[in-house]
Amino acid sequence: MNTIVDIQNLRKIYDGGPLGTFEALKGADLQIKEGEILALLGPNGAGKTTLISTVCGITRATSGKITVGGHDVVSEFRAARRMIGLVPQEITLEPFEKVMRTVRFSRGLFGLPKNDAFVEDVLRKLSLYDKKDNKIMELSGGMKRRVLIAKALAHEPRVLFLDEPSAGVDVELRKGMWDVVRSLRDQGVTIILTTHYIEEAEQMADRVAVISKGQILLVEDKDALMARMSQKELTIELAEPLNAIPDALCAYGLELGRDGTTLRYSYDGKAERKGIRRLLNELDSAGIAMRDLKTQQTNLEEIFVGLVKDDNP
Amino acid sequence: MNWQAVKAIYYFEMARFFRTLLQSFLSPVLSTSLYFVVFGAAIGSRMQEVDGVPYGAFIVPGLIMLSVMTQATSNASFGIYFPKFIGTIYELLSAPVNFLEIVIGYVGAAATKALFIGVVILITAALFVDLTIQAPLAMLAFLVLTCLSFALMGFIIGIWAGNFEQLQLVPLLVVTPLVFLGGSFYSISMLPPVWQAISYFNPVVYLISGFRWAFFGIADVPIGLGLLAITTFTAACIGAIWWIFRTGWRIRQ
Ligand SMILES: Nc1ncnc2c1ncn2[C@@H]1O[C@H](COP(=O)(O)OP(=O)(O)O)[C@@H](O)[C@H]1O
Ligand SMILES: [Mg+2]
Repeated sequence: MNTIVDIQNLRKIYDGGPLGTFEALKGADLQIKEGEILALLGPNGAGKTTLISTVCGITRATSGKITVGGHDVVSEFRAARRMIGLVPQEITLEPFEKVMRTVRFSRGLFGLPKNDAFVEDVLRKLSLYDKKDNKIMELSGGMKRRVLIAKALAHEPRVLFLDEPSAGVDVELRKGMWDVVRSLRDQGVTIILTTHYIEEAEQMADRVAVISKGQILLVEDKDALMARMSQKELTIELAEPLNAIPDALCAYGLELGRDGTTLRYSYDGKAERKGIRRLLNELDSAGIAMRDLKTQQTNLEEIFVGLVKDDNP
Repeated sequence: MNWQAVKAIYYFEMARFFRTLLQSFLSPVLSTSLYFVVFGAAIGSRMQEVDGVPYGAFIVPGLIMLSVMTQATSNASFGIYFPKFIGTIYELLSAPVNFLEIVIGYVGAAATKALFIGVVILITAALFVDLTIQAPLAMLAFLVLTCLSFALMGFIIGIWAGNFEQLQLVPLLVVTPLVFLGGSFYSISMLPPVWQAISYFNPVVYLISGFRWAFFGIADVPIGLGLLAITTFTAACIGAIWWIFRTGWRIRQ
């Protein structure tokens, strides 16, 4: 697949005023593939919003290079920005404006001719159609967020950035929002969503990029990450230490540990059905007595926490 | 040029104006009428003519300029400050538009509103006094240029301002005094020599004088100087805005 957003060695230093300067991005690299949903996962303050803002032109990079669809976001900002829709983290809307007018404005701003049929269609998909003549201030928080999405979609972007889209959105609405996001992906729109919820990254993304302290620590297919995540480990404490693993049990790939007093068995927590029971039966028939059993799961959270910790001595 | 964007910004800003059209229309009519009741009837009848023009008519160009300058400044400063204040400026910054398109949209809308108010005052004034306009085209040129240049200045103020107090500071402390002292209600020649000399450093003097010349053919300063003053001022404002967007000053971190 083609790379549609290419971020190379991106650094951003904020002039923090009285607090001095702050390096929010420390040479971030990220290649986003056309048509994928990429989750940018990281704790608060990791630099997610800064990264997105720099791609979209809201902040200026201190150094580094960004292209969108092959267009440099600085020297060819028009071509680059035309491709991008942005749903910001904060709800920022003019309270006295009507929904329809606000969304129509976004379309015009991006240089597209007026097309109310299209705008109405976007509103319909986001279940906002019956609110189109309401003022923004008359809407609930979740509706306001959907107005922001409608504004971003009004100019038919090829790349959509959603900055913490589920913040303050209830479960029902979130589900509806994800349906919209998936259907956009099916139309070929590339989607980048930031989140600090691991479940969200799991549910939505094709790939996950983990960011912490201004650096991209890992970019991986979600399925591969999930496979790593669903690895489970069974630790068996033995009554008597073993010198070696009996040949009859070699198919299980067991590891002997702690001077032969424990056996470790790794397995796929999702696929596993009868393996454990068979193993236990075979241990029994081999005459190996056990004292205790313990299972452990490495999940994305642990991978994530581990990565963030490694980075933070 | 992204003319669609210019159009979108312009219409969006004008819509704000049309929502309060009655108020936008009534307040200049009311204030102009009050000026004529006070200055025209009560005081004006005791004043001599100024350079052969009855006092009631003499103040009309100054009255229009006073409103147009303050309206253009405050409309434009508010127009760009508001999105900055509530955060919707993110959309402007991430849109495929350059500074020129943003400025034409916002400043154009602010100038249009000010022009509308100027015309309303002119028509209201014509109901109270006899008005002749000797050079209608020059009058219009001065009016439009004043709307534009003060809207440009207002735009800069709106970007500079960090809060609502600052937003009102410049119009209050700079524009209003300069306009009042710029010969809106008197001829510079009526002042003592020292104040006359000082007045020539007030750029507004040139605008009001030029504008008044278009009505009555009388001027405190040569008309060419007036045009030069306003063109220079406009060019300086455009230069400043170009610099602001190039450096991202106060808008893009
Ligand atoms: N305008 C700013 N001035 C100074 N520091 C900032 C500014 N914006 C963000 N930061 C700092 O940069 C870091 C990254 O912020 P942000 O990109 O918003 O993180 P995230 O979106 O991942 O929560 C934070 O430590 C934040 O305090
Ligand atoms: Mg953020």
